[in-house]
Amino acid sequence: MDLMASLQGLVGGVLIGLSAVWLMAAMGRIAGISGILSSLVWARPKGDSAWRLTFLFGLVSGPLLVMALGGGLGNLSGDAVDVTGAVIGAPAGGVALMLLAGLLVGVGTGLGSGCTSGHGVCGLARLSPRSLVATLTFLAAAIVTVYVVRHVIGGGA
Amino acid sequence: MKALAGYVAGLLFGLGLAISGMTDPARVLGFLDLAGAWDPTLMFVLGGAVATTFVGYRLAWARGKPLFEASFQLPTRRDLDARLLGGAALFGIGWGLSGYCPGPAVASIAGLSWPLAAMLAAMAAGWYLARKIA
Repeated sequence: MDLMASLQGLVGGVLIGLSAVWLMAAMGRIAGISGILSSLVWARPKGDSAWRLTFLFGLVSGPLLVMALGGGLGNLSGDAVDVTGAVIGAPAGGVALMLLAGLLVGVGTGLGSGCTSGHGVCGLARLSPRSLVATLTFLAAAIVTVYVVRHVIGGGA
Repeated sequence: MKALAGYVAGLLFGLGLAISGMTDPARVLGFLDLAGAWDPTLMFVLGGAVATTFVGYRLAWARGKPLFEASFQLPTRRDLDARLLGGAALFGIGWGLSGYCPGPAVASIAGLSWPLAAMLAAMAAGWYLARKIA
């Protein structure tokens, strides 16, 4: 286990938590990325789109700031498989795979009313039973998918 | 003020994702690959985020109302249904295929490539479909 990567994970997690707390304290809203962005793209509620758009700008500028300050603050290569240490890592597949994955992520978070942030962070912190079940479900589905891709189809890389 | 508050929230979120390595799909997939060389980083990210949010939410709620809105808007449903479970399962499959959940995918726009652009466009199309089904 890479101690430094774990520590940075914890620090990054606290920052994500502070973001969620700030959005609740300021706007009274759940920091669910899929909900915020889906609403920005497809619903555009009056008076509520400006902060969603600036949230998007902030989200994109975070990694840019880390890269500007030096990669040492960001992702570390450590002993993890395939991790190069780039703050913004390369996609794990080509266009066709990403089209399929993107569609599944979009439809799934839309129907399931949330993603890793809305259910996984905010929902668990609210002790919501729906979010707990959703989080366990998408974690299990993702773990099974990676197992099938890497160890059944891929032959155990 | 709401626009500035939104920027601050997004910036904190993006900084958190970048510092924790979550904008690298390889690190996320390393966590999901229990049968491989397991990378526990995501567990620390989620743990740190949930613990901070758990405490911070209660401090925020104790103030009675948010700074820039009249009231808190919290989900009230507690029942489980097929849409929640099916949606979460579909999302998990897409997450496992790509290593991207919505936050890291969007936060990675500065490193745009054709596969990432495909991911983002398909994700937005998926949100549209989900709204039509709903």
